[in-house]
Formats: sequence, structure tokens, C-alpha cells
Amino acid sequence: MASLAATFGRGAMTNGWTDIRNADVILAMGGNPAENHPVGFRFVMEARREHGAQLVSVDPRFNRTSAVADHFTQIRAGSDTAFLAGLIHYALSHDRYQAEYVRLFTNATFLVKEGYGFNEGEGLFTGWDARKKAYDKSTWNYELDAQGFAKVDPAMEHPRSVFQLMKKFYSRYTPEMVARICGCKAEDFVKAAGIITSSYTPDRAGTILYALGWTHHSFSVQLIHAAAMLQLLLGNIGIAGGGLNALRGHANIQGGTDCGVGYHNLPGYIPIPKADHQTLRQFLDAVTPKALRPNSMNFWSNTPKFVVSQLKAYYGAAAVSGNEFAYRDHPRLPAGENWSWAYIFDHMHEGRMEGFFSFGMNPVSNGPNSRKVLGALARLKWLVVAENFEQETAAFWRADIIELIGKKPADIATEVFLLPAANFAEKDGTFTNSARWIQWKWKAVDPPGEAKPDEEIIARVFLKVRELYEKEGGKAPEPVKHLNWWYSNPARPSLEEVAREINGWSLKSGQQLAKFADLEADGSTLSGNWLYTGMYTEAGNLTQRRSTADPGGLGAFPQWAYNWPANRRIMYNRCSADGQGKPWDAARPVIRWNGEKWTGDVPDYKADSPPEAALGPFIMLPEGVARFFVPGQFAEGPFTEHYEPAESPVENALHPRQSANPAVHRFGTEWDKLGGAGEFPIVCTTYRLTEHFHYWTKNNPYNMQLQPEFFVEISEELAKEKGIAGGDRVRITSARGSIEGKAMVTKRIRPMQVGGRTVHQIGFPIHWGFLGRGKQLGSLANLVTPTVVDPNSFAPEYKGFLVKLEKVS
Amino acid sequence: MKTLELKRVSATAAPAPGVREQATVSKYIDTTSCIGCKACEVACQEWNDLPAETTVQLGTYQTLPELTPNLWNLIRFNELDHDGALRWLMRKDQCMHCGDPGCLKACPAPGAIVQYMNGIVDFNQEACIGCGYCMTGCPFNIPKLNQKTQRVYKCTLCSDRVSVGLEPACIKACPTGCLQFGTKTQMLDLAGKRVAQLKGQGFEHAAVYDPPGVGGTGVVTVLAYGDQPELYALPKDPTIPLAVRIWKTPLKWLGSLAMTFGVVGTVLHYLRYGAKKAEE
Repeated sequence: MASLAATFGRGAMTNGWTDIRNADVILAMGGNPAENHPVGFRFVMEARREHGAQLVSVDPRFNRTSAVADHFTQIRAGSDTAFLAGLIHYALSHDRYQAEYVRLFTNATFLVKEGYGFNEGEGLFTGWDARKKAYDKSTWNYELDAQGFAKVDPAMEHPRSVFQLMKKFYSRYTPEMVARICGCKAEDFVKAAGIITSSYTPDRAGTILYALGWTHHSFSVQLIHAAAMLQLLLGNIGIAGGGLNALRGHANIQGGTDCGVGYHNLPGYIPIPKADHQTLRQFLDAVTPKALRPNSMNFWSNTPKFVVSQLKAYYGAAAVSGNEFAYRDHPRLPAGENWSWAYIFDHMHEGRMEGFFSFGMNPVSNGPNSRKVLGALARLKWLVVAENFEQETAAFWRADIIELIGKKPADIATEVFLLPAANFAEKDGTFTNSARWIQWKWKAVDPPGEAKPDEEIIARVFLKVRELYEKEGGKAPEPVKHLNWWYSNPARPSLEEVAREINGWSLKSGQQLAKFADLEADGSTLSGNWLYTGMYTEAGNLTQRRSTADPGGLGAFPQWAYNWPANRRIMYNRCSADGQGKPWDAARPVIRWNGEKWTGDVPDYKADSPPEAALGPFIMLPEGVARFFVPGQFAEGPFTEHYEPAESPVENALHPRQSANPAVHRFGTEWDKLGGAGEFPIVCTTYRLTEHFHYWTKNNPYNMQLQPEFFVEISEELAKEKGIAGGDRVRITSARGSIEGKAMVTKRIRPMQVGGRTVHQIGFPIHWGFLGRGKQLGSLANLVTPTVVDPNSFAPEYKGFLVKLEKVS
Repeated sequence: MKTLELKRVSATAAPAPGVREQATVSKYIDTTSCIGCKACEVACQEWNDLPAETTVQLGTYQTLPELTPNLWNLIRFNELDHDGALRWLMRKDQCMHCGDPGCLKACPAPGAIVQYMNGIVDFNQEACIGCGYCMTGCPFNIPKLNQKTQRVYKCTLCSDRVSVGLEPACIKACPTGCLQFGTKTQMLDLAGKRVAQLKGQGFEHAAVYDPPGVGGTGVVTVLAYGDQPELYALPKDPTIPLAVRIWKTPLKWLGSLAMTFGVVGTVLHYLRYGAKKAEE
């Protein structure tokens, strides 16, 4: 999501599930939607059946999606960047890009300031500080004029124009280079490229569907940026049947991201204040961007309205203009602190944490390098787990689990509380799906026994903590004492009330706000999350809408639930029309200029701004246009370069001296080990099965019937080499540890030629462990995965690490 | 619950009492749109209150090698190099609801197997004697004997759901639309269109599987490689096994003849020699 936000302005699927039906070309890469999103996959199948859309599947394995694809190319896990960079080069060198779209809607026309460069031999951009192991990003920027606006060359011919720099940068990614890095055949790549880039004409739409196969790398954000660049070149963003569609893995993960579950954001993607943002003014100045072009709407210039309205939601009457709306009591993040997943457990392991709440999470199983997580939990004073079932985290002290780090239950002093929690069907509330639809759901059954919904558990903990602060005082009691806990039942806030608060209301009229444009920075409005303003208005709870009316016939369903932002179904939809406001594709119009205003889908644009005003279509970015060249938002460069995974069987074919991502942080505990290709020659990747949901369904007899036990997918060639037959027991070992399971010998993985030699690749699903039905046998996939994370999104590298394989006799 | 009109009843000479014409219903399975998610497997078990089986990983994605008395619906997976590329074929296997059902023909228990006017072939376990003849009579290897209850089970085409106007549970659960339900005419029409589309995409042997040897089936299956149904674990030209056909037609007639001669002979013998007297 970090990637999409930096490229387009918002971190979410650009289009929607129902829109996939409109595509002519579908690239499923970095994801296996048939496996992991079978219900949404119906729209892929509809596109294929209704108008013969072509499906291309690129993956380390021939998977369930490949089974129904028109073309499949196998690549090495961790080589996706090179494949995408090759597609960019293919489009540029074969004139298969939509030139007018690129000129109008992207920063291809912008000039980059002198001093920027990329050293092809070293694999480093300008500004690398070898001692600090970090970039000084000052050269990664535009050339500005006297007013502070970026200079442009509409002809895109200037040697320092983004277009020319990009063209040169990607010229290294020839089909032969792609084949050499990815381990595929050059002709397979070229065939895939021909199909994928066929969507560059205005009358063809191409979509990309991806998921964790792209986000689980130490270069994931850059990788996704490369895909975004490709879609911009092909003119596929903002159009029906196009887009770069991040398929979220949980029913409400998009909602979690939107509402600030990441440590770095407050709800609505407002950056968390840092320690040196002492006053509200300092904070707002730091986080409110300035327009980089005269025709840029720069929507984030409204940040002060969002922040003040949110502070009113947090602190109610205690937030007034005289006290900077209680900003000084608001939590701020110390400088240089990172509290994302892998860092939390690193800090915990270093003894920096006393206690830990785990809601709907099973860190021992789903974090990378389970041993490190166990070592970290063992240092806690207390641990609270709210779950439907007892799981590996709540039971981490059990003899068979804790022995993984050489300890016994008696060695563990952590006090563990397991709170029975209601599951999704036992509580109401909303889910926000990948398509940004905020949908209300109704409770189906009461939770069993003493199980309680999360909001009640949180509320009861909060009320008790507040009581303690009131009785005993303590450090910084204000945020807790002043928190606006206005709900009718404080011990169990009604989620209807919470939804009304997230939407927000006017403190003058008391009425629910209709849209985020109504928010004010003077304390006269209250809203928990500006992005969701519009979902619960005076017209009622719009997330409960279920109309299947489809006026445009393109599957937009505008009266179904509520679609952030502003009920727009396709984001950046100004790009669906040309410079005159006429749809590029008359058969699939999204919005059009009728002489007075934009009509169709809710325009992602100023509704009455005429085409000739040439207002930038990417209203959330200060440039007003989408970014090929990213001026400093990423840790490792303004253009996406191929780097090898932290553990790779080969050196980087482009620049062996800088093989892996230079900006990746190395953790230093005893568990953070990396292995080399000498001892661990096989590339390994992990994934999920349609038959299971994470580590949860191993408690259900039907799911366990469908996929009873842990298995490893092995090519026929590797199986022969190791004397392994299907159903044999095998052991996989990495530098972190080993696991055992059944062998599945298959034609669907094949050995590859990488860098002139044969490289084998294996993979396994993640769904088993210690607790649950059937044969669990401690087959915890993450015992072997590395604690290496992307330097921007901090997502772990679960795909593409090194192991060895042996038969267990 | 079952309000469907009967068409045929096992081991019963009298015609079924059905008087109203009903359209034949059919499932539609487009194997080229199936992603093998197995939602149909579980939906079937849940609707029919069947317990989960205990399984082991045997080196495949397939749940079990065969159907069982508790698993009436199984996705069969087959990976192979075929037609110039790697293929991973998936087909939903279950009772085919034959127009001329071999199971019913073979069944010696009156009323244990019925065929409704809408074509559904259903087992009535209360009348089943557990002889397993239906298993011999089936060319698709579908009915399975439960060793505990000594009764035979298979897909009912959700006759209880269909009788009240609902689609079978498997159809309802299918996420990709590869399963559909309707009259056989509608489903054949749909299948014909899909086959034409597949041929246009280069699958020259695409075909509808609706074998005439069993009187057509209540499951219309679209195959990309229709010339080789065995790739999908389907018999090429299925017919009712010879033994059943002989047992039910000439042999049955011969049997009846033999029986008649026996009775006639006995009567003649009695008339000729009178009753046998017990010897003192």
C-alpha cells in the first residue's frame, strides 16, 4: 500500500472486484487469485466467458490460477521485479504505450534536477552513504522554477525528462536479461509481454491482480511500483477494466489500514506525529504538502481540517482551539522509532516491552522466524490473547512449543491471559473489502459461553485503566482521562454509534456530515476518519445499502454499501477520458465532460473543472499527476531496480557487487540468521491454500478433511535426484531451522536455468502448527522464514529464501 | 419433503404413478472454469449432514482417491503434459443421474432406487438391502456402501432442495459460475455455447459430455479435451454393464420363463401323480 500511495496518491485497489469483468487482459502475478480469492475470481471467469478476456499467470508454480489461464510463465521466487522491468522495456521499445495518456497524466514530462544519476555497474543511485548504509535522497528530485513548481517538457524529449531517464534506465532489461534472472525462457517472456502490452490501445483494458506474492519481499514496494509504472505506460489506470488491484487477504484488512492499525498512521492515512512536532502548527506544517504544479489540486492541503476534526473525535470537549485541540496530549512517536511487526518483536526480544495485546493474531505462527517470536514472548511480563481458539501464541509456553528455543515451561515467567473472543459471525459492524466498499454485516449467532466481541474487551480494559489513572494518577494521564468515551453503553460501545463517530457530525447543527468537504479546521466538526465521511449521513447508515442497480452497465453498483473515497467506484477516473474530456473508450465510459460538469461515476476530480483547465487527475499528489519517478518517498531509489532477495542462489546479474536491496535493515538477535547458496541451494516460497484460512481452520473438521497435513511441493526432477516419492516424509532446513512434512511430487514446479546453472525451487503452504485437529506435528512453516523486511512497508520476505531438502528415512 | 413425481422404481413391475410431464433437470459443469476450490464438496456434506472424513495427504490436492458414503462430491485433479503445455484438469465427480440408470436396473430391492419425473435418480436407504448390486450397475463408480449401516449412498441431486425450487447445494456454493443448474435443455444450450467459444480459442476437441449409452446424463459436462474424457476420469462410452443388462432383460425373462415352467411342471406333476403320500 506504501507503493500505491506514493505512485497514485492512495494505498488501495484502484478499481474493484466487480470491475474486473470489464478487462480484456488480466495479469495474475504476485498472487494466486483462484486459490486465495476464489469468490472474487468469478469476475475473472466472467470476463473470460463473456468477452474472451485473456488471462496470463506468472508465478513460481503452475497454480490453480494457471490452470485456467491462457498463458503461464514460471519464474524464480523473488525475480518478479526483473520480469516487470522487462515488460516496461518491452512496452517502451516496441512503442506499445499510450503516449498521450502518459504525457497528460504522469510525471514523464517532469525534469529531474541535475546531479541525479544511477551507477549501473555498482547498482546504486546517487547519494549512497556506504558508512551510514542509507541514501541522501536530495538528488532524487525535480528541477523547480522560481515559484517552486516542477519544470516540464511536454514533448518528453529533454534528456533529464522522467520519460527519457526511464527509457534509458529500463533499456538493460532485455528479454534475454529477464530470462537469465527469472529462470524462464526468453520466448515465454516475449509471448507474455505481447499479450500484456496489447492493452496499450485506448480501446483495450488491462488489469493486474496481485497480493502477498508481491508484498512479501525485501523490495516489495519497489516491485509494486514497477507494476504501477507498467499500467501507467499502458494507459490502464482510472479506466474500467484496468487498474492495479491489490487483493487483500482478509475480509477487513483494508479497513484496518484505513483506520490506522499501522504504527505510522492515524486513521485516514494521517502520519503519526513525531516527537519533534511539538505544536499542532509544527505538525500540520510538516505533514501538509505544497502543490508542485500550478494545476495541482493537492487535496492533502486539507490535512488541517482532517486532523482537527479527528482530535475533536478523540478528545471531545477537552479539545478546544485554546489548547491546540489537545494536540500536546496526543501520543507522538520518538525520533527514529519503528514499531512495525518485525520491529515490535525485535524490541520485545531486546526486553523493551513489558506487555503485549494480541487480538485476532497468532504471532508465533504468522510472524517470520517463529523462534525469534518465541524468544521475544518469553521476555514479556504479561501477554493477553483475544481469540476464538487456543492457538500457538497463547500456548507458546507449552513444552512441545517452547522447546523450539531450548527452554522448558518452568523457564517462562510470562503471565498469559486467553480471552475468548467472538468471531466475525458473532458480532456486527463493517468490513471494508479490497474494493474499498465499507459494508455493514449483521450478527448471525450469539458468541458461545463467555466470548465477547472485541469492542467490549477493549472498552472494559480501557474503563479499568481510566479508573486506575483517576484513582492513582500516573505519567501523562490526560490522553486517557480526556478520551471522548461518549457511547450509550461505555462497557460495550454500539458499533452503530462508532460508525456515526467515524463518519462525523457538525458540532453546530449536530447533524451527520454528508461529505469530507464539509470538514473544518476550526473545531466545529468532529470526524474519526475523514476518508469514511459520507458512510453514515443524515440519510442513514449507507454501509447497509444493498441495491444491485447498475446504471452504467459496467458493474459499478453505486448504491451498494459505501465506497471510499466519496463513493467513487474507480479511482483516478479522470484518466478514463482524453484531454477534451471524451472517454478514451466509448464502449466503457467511466466519466465524461458534458460541457458543464463531469458525469458518470463520482468523478475523482473537481466536478466542475473543465478539461481545458487541465487540472491534474491525481488529486492526492502534489504533482497532480502519477509518478514514474518517485522523488524521495522510497528508501532505495526513485526508479525500481531489480535486487535479489536477502537469500539468493545467484548474484545479481546486473550488478553483482550490489546484489540485494542496499536499504534493507539487518536485525541483530541470535535468531536473525541468513544462509548461503552453498549450504542451502534451493529457492523456497510459502503460500496459502483455498481450503484453509491461515491458522484458524485447522480447528474445523471439514477444512482439515480437504487438506489434512503439511506438505511440500517438489518438482519431479528434484524428487528423482533426492530419491523422494509422493507421500514420503521430507525435511526442509534453512539457516533458521527445519520442518518436516509430506512430499507432493508435481509437474507444476520445474527446475530453472538461472545464471547458467540449474536452480531448484520448492514451496509449501503455511496452515499447520501445534494446536488444532488432525496431524499438526509442529509443522509451522515460519520456523524456516527469515526476519528480513522491506525498508518501506516493513513486510517480511516470506517468498524467495534458501533451504535444503532431504528425505526422512 | 419429497414431493417429486416418480418415473421409475427399482424392482417394481407396475408403472410409476406419475401423470404430469416434468422437464428433466440437469447440473452443468464447465471444467474449463473450475478452479478446484472444493466449496461444492463441503456444501454437499453440510447440506446433507454428512460427517467429515479423516484423510491423509497422499501427494495430491485431491481430497480422497474415490467418493465415499460421506463424500458424495469429489473434485478429481489430474496434472499432465498435453496439447503442447502443462495442464491441471479438475472435474467435479458425483452421481451423473443417468437417463437410463444402471443402478436402478440392477437393484433387487423394491423402491430402494427411484427415478423422478424430472430425471433425478435417488436412493431410499430405508428400502436398501445393502446388496451392492447398484455399485455393479453403475458405469461411473458412484454408489458407495457404508460398512456400518450396510446401506448405499450417493448424490441425491439435492432432490429435497430441488423439489422446493432451490438449486442443489453444490451449485449454490460454486464461486466461479462453473456450476449451473436448470432444465437439461437449458444446460445443453449453455454447454453448446461454451464449447463453441472454446473451439474458437483453439480447443478443437472441446465437447459436451452427455453419453448416449446411459440414456444421457443429468450432469452436462463441458470438456476442453472432449475426445479424451478419460483424462477427466470419465469413461469414454459408458454403458450399463453387460451382466446387469442380461440380468435385467433376457436373463430376467429366461428366469421368469424357468420359474413359470417350474410352476407349470409342478402343477402338471400334481395332476398326474397326485400328492406325495408320507410313508408310514
